[in-house]
Amino acid sequence: MNETMLIQTDLDSVLSPQEKAEIDAELLHIPYKSGAAIDALKIVQAKRRWVSDECLQAIARYLEMSAEDLEGVATFYNLIYRRPVGENVILLCDSVSCWICGCEQLKAKLSSRLGIDYGETTADDLYTLLPVPCLGACDRAPVMMVGEELVTGVDDNKLDQLFGQRGQG
Amino acid sequence: MEKVLTRNIGEHPVPTDLKAYEANSGYQGLRKALSTMSPAECLQSISDSGLRGRGGAGFPTGMKWSFVPMGDKCSPGHKYLIANADEMEPGTYKDRLLMEYDPHQLIEGMILSAYTIGADMAYVFIRGEYHVAIARLRDAIAECNNNGLLGEDILGSGFTLQLHVHPSGGRYICGEETALINALEGKRANPRAKPPFPQVSGLWGRPTIVNNVETLCNIPHIIDRGADWFKSLGLGDDAGTKMFGASGRVNNPGCWELPMGTPIRDIVEIHAGGMQPGLQLRGFLPGGGSTDFLTADHLDLAMDYDVIGKAGSRMGTGLLVVLDDHTCPVAMVLNLIQFFAHESCGFCTPCREGLPWTRQVLEDIEQGRGRWEDLETLAYQVSYIGAMGNTHCALAPGAMEPLQSALKYFREDFDKHISDGCCPYGGANKMAAHSHLTSSGLSSPSADAEGVQ
Repeated sequence: MNETMLIQTDLDSVLSPQEKAEIDAELLHIPYKSGAAIDALKIVQAKRRWVSDECLQAIARYLEMSAEDLEGVATFYNLIYRRPVGENVILLCDSVSCWICGCEQLKAKLSSRLGIDYGETTADDLYTLLPVPCLGACDRAPVMMVGEELVTGVDDNKLDQLFGQRGQG
Repeated sequence: MEKVLTRNIGEHPVPTDLKAYEANSGYQGLRKALSTMSPAECLQSISDSGLRGRGGAGFPTGMKWSFVPMGDKCSPGHKYLIANADEMEPGTYKDRLLMEYDPHQLIEGMILSAYTIGADMAYVFIRGEYHVAIARLRDAIAECNNNGLLGEDILGSGFTLQLHVHPSGGRYICGEETALINALEGKRANPRAKPPFPQVSGLWGRPTIVNNVETLCNIPHIIDRGADWFKSLGLGDDAGTKMFGASGRVNNPGCWELPMGTPIRDIVEIHAGGMQPGLQLRGFLPGGGSTDFLTADHLDLAMDYDVIGKAGSRMGTGLLVVLDDHTCPVAMVLNLIQFFAHESCGFCTPCREGLPWTRQVLEDIEQGRGRWEDLETLAYQVSYIGAMGNTHCALAPGAMEPLQSALKYFREDFDKHISDGCCPYGGANKMAAHSHLTSSGLSSPSADAEGVQ
C-alpha cells in the first residue's frame, strides 16, 4: 500500500458520484456497510478495469472499514483485480473437461499468438490472459471467456475470428 | 418422458419473458399455494415428494427446511432464502442452462420456498462469469416486481419478498453454504464452524436456507402437481427428474433432463452417443470433480443417490466427466488436485498445505520424477486430509475422492509412470494432439499408450 498516496489524496473525491450511487443502491438491502464490500469492489472495477490502492482505500473509507480488511477481501476473490488488466480479460478454462479436450494446447496457441503468458497484458493493452476454473460449458470444451463473451469449442478458426492475424506475422 | 425442468427449454427454447412463462402454466404453483395452501402444507408437500438437494450432497429438501424456526419460535427479524447459483464444480453445467433459458422457473421456485420457510429476503448468489444468466434473471425479477409477483403483498396474499442478484467475486469455496453466506456478508469466503447451522443462524445471524438452483426449480412443479406425481417420475428409489450430462471425449457431449434412476449406460451410450472413434471408456466421475471415479463395470448402475453411494462414489451434480483410454489418469487427477489446491480458502492447515503437497507429488509422478514411496505419501494424504473431521470443511475430503479411486482403479498407471520414469501417454502434449484442436482429428494411439491397456 502506498502511504504517500493516502496522505496526498482526498479519498472522498476518488469515487465518482455514479459509483457512490451504485454502492448506495446495494446498501439499501444490506444491514452493515462492510457487507457491500464485494459489490463495491466490482462496481469500481467495472468502470476502471481494476482496483488501485487509491480506490481500495476510498472504498474502505466509504464503507467504514479498514483498508487492510478490504484488501483481505479483494485478494481472496478471483475476479477482483488488484493489478492493471487490459481492455479485455481472457479467462481460459483449465478445469478437467477442457483439459481432456486440449486446453493446454489452446493455452500454448493463445500465448504465442498474443505474446503473453498467464497474468500478462499485451503491449497495446488490449488483452490480459488469466486461467479460470470451470466456466460451466463443459459440453462444448475447450472454452474461454473474452470480456463478457463466452467462446465455446475454441479451435484455430475461432482464434482467427477473434484475434485476426494477430501474432501470425 | 415428460419434461419438467426443461419444458421451456430444448430444441426450440421459448422466450424467457413473463408472458411466455405464464402461457406455459408458469406461476400456477405460486397462485395455488398463495390462495389455498399454508406454509406448513407446502412444507409437507415438499417433504412427501422425496426431493433431495441437487447441488451434490442430496440432502432431503423438506427436512432441511423443517429446521427453520417458524412463527412464535422465531425471534423477530428477517429470514433469508438463497439460491446457490455458484456453479463451479468442474464438469458441471446444468444451473447455467436452467437460469439462462428459464429464469422465471427459478424465481417461482424461490418465491414458493421463501413462502414455505417464511423468508422475506432472497438472494441469487451467482457466478460472476454468468453474464447472460445474471442479465436474464435481473430482467425477470424486474418483470415480477412490476406485476405483483415480487415485492409487497404478492398477488394480494399479504406475503412479501424482496429478491436480489449477487454476482460472486469468484471462488469455488463459495459453493459451500456457510462460505457463501460469508461472501454475501462481504467477507472472505471461509466456511463457518457448524453448528450453528444456517437454518438457525445464517446470513447476518438470521435463519437462512441455501438451496441449489436445480433443487429450487423443482418446487413449483411439486406444489402444482403434488408429491405423488413427483415420486412417480423416478425410475428407482429417488423421486423426480434430474439434469444429467456427459463431457469429455464422447460423441455428443451435452446435458439432458432424465428420470432419476436412469442407467449410466443410457447417458453415456444413448444420450452422449458413446465414445469418439478410436477411444474406449476407461472411467468416469459421476457428478463433478469431487466425486470418486467409477469404471466401465459400473455402467449398468442407476443414477440414484444411494446406488452410486453404495458403489463407492457420489452422484454429486449428476454430470459425468468421462475418461478415455488415451488420456492419462494420473494427469487427470493432477489437473483436479491443482484445481482444489488453488481453490482452497487457506483457513485450515491440512487443506492449505496438504493439497499443494499432493499436487507436487502427483506432478513429480506425471513428469517421470516419481519414487515408489510417493505412492505411500498419496495414500497417507487420502487417509488424512480425505477424512471428514481432520479439515474445517468438505473441500479437501472432496478433492481426495478422485485420487483415492484413481489409486484403486488405475494403480498400474501410477506404477508405470514410476517404473518407466515418464508418462506412458506421452504427457500432456501428446494427449492434446488428439483433441479436436487439430484439423486432422484423432491420431492413432501411441505404442506407449497401447502398452498400458
